[in-house]
Amino acid sequence: MTAPQIIENILQALVAGVLVGSLYGLMCVGLALIFGVMRVINFAHGDFMMLGMYAAYYIFTALGIHVLFGNGFGPYVAAVLAGPLLFVVGYGIHRALISQVTGTRTLGLDGEGHYAQLVLTLGIALILQNGALIAFGSMPVSIRTPLSISAWELGPFWGDFVSVFINKSRGIAALISGVVIAGIALVITHSRLGKALRASADNPVAATYMGIDVDRAHRVAFGLGVAITAVAGGLLATTYPFHPFVGLEYVIVMYAGVVLGGMGSIMGAFWGGMTIGLVQQMSTLVLPTQLQNTAIFVMFLLIVFLRPQGFFGRVVERT
Amino acid sequence: MRQDRSLLAILVFAVVYAALSLTVTNSYYQLMMTLVLVWATMGLSWNLLSGYTGLVSFGHAAFFGLGAYTVALAQNYFGLSPWISIPIAAVLGGIAGLVVGLPTFRLRGHYFALAMLAYPLALLYVFEWLGYQEVSLPMERVHPAAYMQFSDGRIYTFIALVILVLVMLVTRRVERSRFGLALMAIKQNEAAADAAGIDTLGWKLRAIALSGMIAGGIGGFYAVVLLVVTPIAVFGMLVSAQALTVAMFGGVGTVWGPVIGALILIPVSETLHAELGAWVPGIQGVIYGCAIIAVMIAAPEGLFWTLRDRFFKRAPAAAAEAPPPSPENVVAWSAQRPRRTVGDEVILDVKGLSKSFGGLKAVQDVSFQVRKGMILGIIGPNGAGKTTVFNLLNGFLVPDTGEVLLNGRNIVGRKPHQLCAMGMGRTFQIMRPFQRMTVADNVLVGAFVKAATDEEARRLAADAIRRVGLADHADEIAGGLATRQLRLMEIARALAGQPEILLLDETLAGLGHGEVDDVIAVIRRLADEGTTIVIIEHTMQAMVRLVDHFLVLDHGAVLVDGEPEAVTRDPQVVEAYLGKKWGAYAHN
Repeated sequence: MTAPQIIENILQALVAGVLVGSLYGLMCVGLALIFGVMRVINFAHGDFMMLGMYAAYYIFTALGIHVLFGNGFGPYVAAVLAGPLLFVVGYGIHRALISQVTGTRTLGLDGEGHYAQLVLTLGIALILQNGALIAFGSMPVSIRTPLSISAWELGPFWGDFVSVFINKSRGIAALISGVVIAGIALVITHSRLGKALRASADNPVAATYMGIDVDRAHRVAFGLGVAITAVAGGLLATTYPFHPFVGLEYVIVMYAGVVLGGMGSIMGAFWGGMTIGLVQQMSTLVLPTQLQNTAIFVMFLLIVFLRPQGFFGRVVERT
Repeated sequence: MRQDRSLLAILVFAVVYAALSLTVTNSYYQLMMTLVLVWATMGLSWNLLSGYTGLVSFGHAAFFGLGAYTVALAQNYFGLSPWISIPIAAVLGGIAGLVVGLPTFRLRGHYFALAMLAYPLALLYVFEWLGYQEVSLPMERVHPAAYMQFSDGRIYTFIALVILVLVMLVTRRVERSRFGLALMAIKQNEAAADAAGIDTLGWKLRAIALSGMIAGGIGGFYAVVLLVVTPIAVFGMLVSAQALTVAMFGGVGTVWGPVIGALILIPVSETLHAELGAWVPGIQGVIYGCAIIAVMIAAPEGLFWTLRDRFFKRAPAAAAEAPPPSPENVVAWSAQRPRRTVGDEVILDVKGLSKSFGGLKAVQDVSFQVRKGMILGIIGPNGAGKTTVFNLLNGFLVPDTGEVLLNGRNIVGRKPHQLCAMGMGRTFQIMRPFQRMTVADNVLVGAFVKAATDEEARRLAADAIRRVGLADHADEIAGGLATRQLRLMEIARALAGQPEILLLDETLAGLGHGEVDDVIAVIRRLADEGTTIVIIEHTMQAMVRLVDHFLVLDHGAVLVDGEPEAVTRDPQVVEAYLGKKWGAYAHN
């Protein structure tokens, strides 16, 4: 390989990493919101994302979005619309099920109810996966857009040797992801709702005394978290085919991202997801593709050992 | 005897299960009966680490998968029989446990759980990449039995039953030994366990090694039963999930939980799969999911504990408070402080201790001496650095500068459990009793550090309970005690380790007026019996009646060091507590 080729490969992997990383980051933000506010490990989160993918798919094909906005931009509109829909789903599931084993009800239980939460969310994951199998079938589908097979070219640099291609579909998805993240950041830091969420996360008991309805804050956080991840799923669906069990592949990535960013740090989770996207894509330069995921986990373990509180987390421990 | 009864229960279970499996001739049901035992064993493996220590592992598939591949590859490449390779798989599983545990135990809570997730998944892709997408165990036609191959499926059930019963006996043994008590103490409060003299890392490593051995062994057996090993089937998320589901469903931290969980869940899921799976693919998962959700909402701590709490609840401890010990004594102590004589021998010498957290100077150049038999009171407003001083003394924190000499030896840098063994006992501001254990067992945890045998530990614990006046409550469950009794129990736990010097962190906090006198009486008695005591408190009132010497801290530094009478009149102290105006007033 010549030097320009190597440079081109590196740049291309870097760009691919940033593009896929911004979607991973968005997923992670959704999970971090739930985890940060509620401290609940939600195993079904990947499956909520899967629901978001199917929601975007059916909004696009069945609701006539493709007629209204065309095949080019329709998928992105559909992906964004999947958000509010999944918010309702998440809010409802929290109210009906999750709230039974979380929040103020579980303080006296062994391990503060964590055991029940784990099994409960595993149960929800099973229902969502298999329910989707019944409803949508096992064939992988994808949301087709002509943009996913065209690209913007950057360059050429260094004479004619090096140029970088940005897939249009992924580029747009990354842009939308950035806008959504900025919006979330604004809501969290500047709105009354954001204040209630942060207070509930920081100290649920004190928040209750301040007149904040902590259980409601949990419901909203759960709904929002699911909605954000669903949008990420919808965006991902424009370039990757999906099936009812796709959630399992991403839930690990999401948790790794959240831990890397520092549990409880919402913006940290975005950078955690971005890191994973970058490592995944860059590792293809030196490792066989099968070991891509091993590279992610090894890096994950290394970072966790070296900096257990994550990039943006704080260590809080009292005796 | 309760002990014999639980042993009997295991034997009865084994006999009934064996008899039942004899009647099953359908090979599909035979396989199911074997799988129930496999997952029960796997659940017990998970339980041994996560159930007792509370460190939830999402990664037990790593050990299971290594075991399965060990057996499959050993037979393919070396012609090794599973009779030999399953024990090898168990040993490898145990080694893997140590390798995983050593770095991962640095993490706590959710971080530990999620880090564990990474191990099996990393291995999964490695085995795929190595080209072991599907490894089958070759048929041995000449000596099938020598290779654990039987045409009668019931024999597998028997082997699995033997393994399960062995693992149940091991678990039961662990639960009742100091091993189990140490793990349960870690689960309640790792820091407190450390301070009670428990080598937390050492016990956790033993737990994960044993847990890994069981998982590796049963993984190897699983390979034999199914005859084919694939990365997804043995390293996949579902293996770890299955282990924790059966354990959590049945009940965590008990021998029977995972067994009950597997007995119910495996047949239900297999039957649903067989009966409905072909009809509408996926419906079995939906029903199974609904079932476990319903049970977890009804019994969030698992079936075993919920049923036990409902049907076998022990009569709650007699609600009536025991009469306070001899009121005339209490009055005498609180009325006038009899002069106590304290020797000259310095047992704790603190020199120039400092500790900063970032920019915050929590403790600055603190020096003081504690003489044998003395009661030293450390007081100061909130945030004065009192608890930080204790954390520096018992090894939770390492000072930035300064020395701590215990009987002349510098102890800076030593671990909490080592310091406990050297005679530094302590209690905590936030009480963390082991709710489901009796007072006697709670105290026993602290006794092991100085006891060579279980017998001796029991004796030391009983002695400590008597010294704090809780003898009448020894067999009560800690969850039913009042605050005063819990405080005394914590003191007893620290005492059981035979400390030379006892650090008490806000032992009087949250007690009513009469209760304070009561606890003070106990502390004085301990001092009279020769235990040196350092006690933290932020109110001066009660302390004046208790201590021989005061150390007043403010903003991390020593404000005054002196006799109680002098300290209470010191204008600086009054100022720190009440503000400038009163300080000036006291001065005049």
